[in-house]
Amino acid sequence: MNLLETLLVAVRALLRNKTRSFLTALGIIIGVAAVIAMVAMGEGAKANVEEAISAMGTNILIVLPGSSSAGGARGGFGSQPTLTWDDLKAIQTELPSIREASPVLSSNAQVQSEDQNWTTRVSGTSPNYFDIRNWPMSLGTRFTDSDIDGGTKVVILGQTVVDKLFGVNTDPVGQMVRIGNIPFQVVAVAAKKGQSPVGQDYDDAAFVPYTTFEAKIQGGLGKFLKGIVFVGATSAAGTVRAQAEITTLLRDRHHLLAGAEDDFSIRNLSEIANTQEQATKAFSLLLLGVAFVSLIVGGIGIMNIMLVSVTERTREIGVRMAIGARPINIMMQFLIEALTLSVAGGLLGVGLGLLGGRWLVANFSAPLRVRPDVILVSVLFSGLVGIAFGLYPAYKASRLDPIEALRYE
Amino acid sequence: MEATAPLIRLEEVAKLYRMGDVEVRALQGVSLHVMPGEFVAIMGASGSGKSTLMNILGCLDRPTRGQYFLDGREVSGLTRDDLARLRNRMLGFVFQSFNLLSRTSALENVELPLIYSGVSRKERHRRAREALARVGLADRADHHPNQLSGGQQQRVAIARALVADPKIILADEPTGNLDSRTGGEVMALLRGRRAAGRTILLVTHESDIARYATRVITVKDGLIRSNRPQQPARAVLAQPSEEELSA
Repeated sequence: MNLLETLLVAVRALLRNKTRSFLTALGIIIGVAAVIAMVAMGEGAKANVEEAISAMGTNILIVLPGSSSAGGARGGFGSQPTLTWDDLKAIQTELPSIREASPVLSSNAQVQSEDQNWTTRVSGTSPNYFDIRNWPMSLGTRFTDSDIDGGTKVVILGQTVVDKLFGVNTDPVGQMVRIGNIPFQVVAVAAKKGQSPVGQDYDDAAFVPYTTFEAKIQGGLGKFLKGIVFVGATSAAGTVRAQAEITTLLRDRHHLLAGAEDDFSIRNLSEIANTQEQATKAFSLLLLGVAFVSLIVGGIGIMNIMLVSVTERTREIGVRMAIGARPINIMMQFLIEALTLSVAGGLLGVGLGLLGGRWLVANFSAPLRVRPDVILVSVLFSGLVGIAFGLYPAYKASRLDPIEALRYE
Repeated sequence: MEATAPLIRLEEVAKLYRMGDVEVRALQGVSLHVMPGEFVAIMGASGSGKSTLMNILGCLDRPTRGQYFLDGREVSGLTRDDLARLRNRMLGFVFQSFNLLSRTSALENVELPLIYSGVSRKERHRRAREALARVGLADRADHHPNQLSGGQQQRVAIARALVADPKIILADEPTGNLDSRTGGEVMALLRGRRAAGRTILLVTHESDIARYATRVITVKDGLIRSNRPQQPARAVLAQPSEEELSA
């Protein structure tokens, strides 16, 4: 009796009890469907995060001015200007792991066109900021170092701001806008960048030369850099070294003693990316655990029904044995039946999972990433569960005494 | 046909069961020779040991003591696998309660022994149809057992017992669940097989049925009490012939 025929016999035996077979396989179906749908969703979410992180720019460190403890009151990071323009110059020139550094001074301000206004984040920065952020212009050309030196009143607008002030699909380059009543000429539009990992709109922003910002918006030049510093490391791997170099440099420049706290902090964006990745991995592991448990539960269901089936069909087993079925034939018959049940359940689960994934996508607008390897592994694992849990009932059937089995009512 | 070696030879076969502390001697030393082509009826009351004898003869059970030579080969020490192969090739079973697989067509029921002997699908179909035709049920091949009468079901079972062309047919109370007319038809079929050179062992407690046999063995208390050849009855009832059944 070859495998194909055993398979046909098994399929027919299962079809005789359609409802029961379906209910038995349901555990596997749900388990696999959950895996397929959740992995597809998880992959979509991961892709979202990766996209967001690469939009943020890689190899980036952010240096924030720090807490100073003045008179016992300790302010948080950023509450006190502790970074100086000389610190920035030193970071730019003295450290080997650093490609470039750019100051970012920000405040919320109202930007006005002729007939519209929009409150957005206005930042004073240098042209290389757009290199660090890996952020090209979609229209016009960005301001230059001579604009920095001259403190000219030019502005680069984010796409969202352009849409709000000038309307969609317009070219505002050359137009004038007012920021806090000071007129600025639009020189460029930054290409659309999308959202940050926490949902902040990168394109809702305007950029002016930091010298102009300091003089006209912050109201006066000073020794301290009242903002943060974006640092581009030479490579993603170099961010950790760059972080150490900046720490040493700034502690030295700020004359901090060995035990004293840093009066600045450094955020490593690739670390954030790593954290996100770890979270995604943990999520995937959790899913895998849930899937594993549900498949085991499904397997127990299969074993249960196979044991019932062996008991119900004791007489059939006796007849088959009497007319020449060897124990291995009987064993294979029930094993293949369990396998068919579980693999069919797995395949149905894949179908249901893909449908469910689609539904989730339609309702939660996360992208769906179907992974063929996950589908394959799910189906294979279902089969494995079928064999593992079908083995005992099949063995039990094969060990029946033909005389007892024939006498069974 | 020359008088060759016996097809079945039992030498002092005993079978003991343990039921708790009590030892039950189902058979206590049975010797028996059956020649090819014989039609032997085994009679006895329930508990006499005739079922145990039948199970041993049918290679479903192994004797506790003694030897069993089937077609010259000692089989009492064989493994389960070897016994299964032996049953498949040498023996055809007919049971009192038919024991057809439900929700399986008559044709597939008849095919079953051939499946386990590895006969190809096409050949199986051909031989199963032939066997069904021989018992007069060619037109019922696709019927399921619950669509057939008791007599028809038993004829399907006989077709199944015949399909692998075994040397011996073991019938355990084959007419026990049938009325006397259909029982007569079934007996006519078995008698027809005997005429075709098969050896038939029949267990029954009805002397009417035993009258078809060429030899009647009576078992009591695990021993053979009588063993006498007889002239088989020609016609107890007005039996239709096999040809009439096939028509």
